[in-house]
Amino acid sequence: MSEKSEKRVIVMPGDLVSTNPRAAGYGTYVENGKVYARVLGLLDKTDTSVRIIPLNGKYVPSPNDVVIGIVREVAGNGWVVDINCPYQAFLPAQENPECRPGKKANDVLDIGDAIIAKVVSIDPKMKVTLTMKDRVCRPIRFGRIVAINPARVPRVIGKKGSMIKLLKSELGIQIVVGQNGLVWISGDRRKVNIAEEAIYIIESEAHTEGLTDRITEFVKRRKEELEKEGTRNG
Amino acid sequence: MEELKLIMDGKRLDGRGFDELRPIKIEVGVLKRADGSCYLEMGRNKVMAAVYGPREVHPKHLADPSKAIVRYRYNMAPFSVEERKRPGPDRRSVEISKVSREALETIIMTEMFPRSAVDIFVEILQADAGSRTACLNAASVALVDAGIPMKGIVTSVAVAKVDGQIVLDPMKEEDNYGEADMPFAFVIRNGKIESIALLQMDGNMTRDEVKQGLELAKKGAMEIYQLQREAIMKKYRTEEEEE
Repeated sequence: MSEKSEKRVIVMPGDLVSTNPRAAGYGTYVENGKVYARVLGLLDKTDTSVRIIPLNGKYVPSPNDVVIGIVREVAGNGWVVDINCPYQAFLPAQENPECRPGKKANDVLDIGDAIIAKVVSIDPKMKVTLTMKDRVCRPIRFGRIVAINPARVPRVIGKKGSMIKLLKSELGIQIVVGQNGLVWISGDRRKVNIAEEAIYIIESEAHTEGLTDRITEFVKRRKEELEKEGTRNG
Repeated sequence: MEELKLIMDGKRLDGRGFDELRPIKIEVGVLKRADGSCYLEMGRNKVMAAVYGPREVHPKHLADPSKAIVRYRYNMAPFSVEERKRPGPDRRSVEISKVSREALETIIMTEMFPRSAVDIFVEILQADAGSRTACLNAASVALVDAGIPMKGIVTSVAVAKVDGQIVLDPMKEEDNYGEADMPFAFVIRNGKIESIALLQMDGNMTRDEVKQGLELAKKGAMEIYQLQREAIMKKYRTEEEEE
């Protein structure tokens, strides 16, 4: 396996990935001083660390993640939010800046409303607390939400946000990627269509190489088609 | 019954040798709405496995605050056997579900997802002998497909004693008219058999026969493991080729 380090190796649960327990990283476990993979994923191995980039799996909240959620229940002191993970999240009323005294909770956010929020904490009882006191956080009243596999979110964002910057600048639209696999896109309808298609391509080809170049090409081609159509109709 | 010869000229009824498996076909990710899925054929067994989770536990009181619970449902379709099977769980399928669940619980890292559930559903569309082993093989592939953290994977195969001979992976006739059958499930890690996760037996075998059966089952399990692995890898290789 090691001689093929150029190409990404796919590993399965139980595969031995390293004999150095200090290198064990995400997606691995250590037993008797040996490091094994615990999920199906791509092996990312350097001299000092071994980690597995999972190909599938559910989102597990961790503090400071930006997530997109849907309000499932309105309580007196806040909202119960579905954030597409095994645990329900709670957004306390005081964590929503739109909440003012004298305003009822269900006038601010009602059942079925979508929000962009941030995870504050996840306690040992797996109770997730959210906040909306952040610049990116807002209720979603327009635009589109695209659902993808949460394990592929890092590829949609790209290295240091490269992929998302590409889509934003090429198409001139707003995109917020929730760590839980929900992506909010807003802007010109036809351009949003292109972005949605691009995101689905990234999702299905997340484990392949040279993806950014292919997406750049795809977006440019679709934009040209759009412009041609525009001049024909105009 | 005594007339029936299950072994003739060192070959079995379907022409297999004593240590040969029935043909196996595995497809991964066949159900789009499930988190992980697998369709598997093992001889004339046709089974479909779906995995959901980790997800919220309903009813809530079943949730375990220290780990995820695993639920396994082994179910035979009414049309899976010649005589219509009354639908729904019965004594046999409840027992098989329990032992299969316990086999998988040993490899799933349940402590990573407290207060959640991993649901595994396996439907038998067509039954032959050794359907529980086919179901376990399908379920463990579906679990890998769902991205659930595991210590290794489970591979299952049965051995039987027919006409005084220990044979691998019995088919229906050998199961019905044979002297004994013994399903195994192994935990395989890094291409090696680590432990036995399930062992049942129906009938009588001597100590030596059990030993011989274990060796045969180990050999069969390794072959099945390779097929399981290939099937999973193939899913991602074909996706790459689509470029």
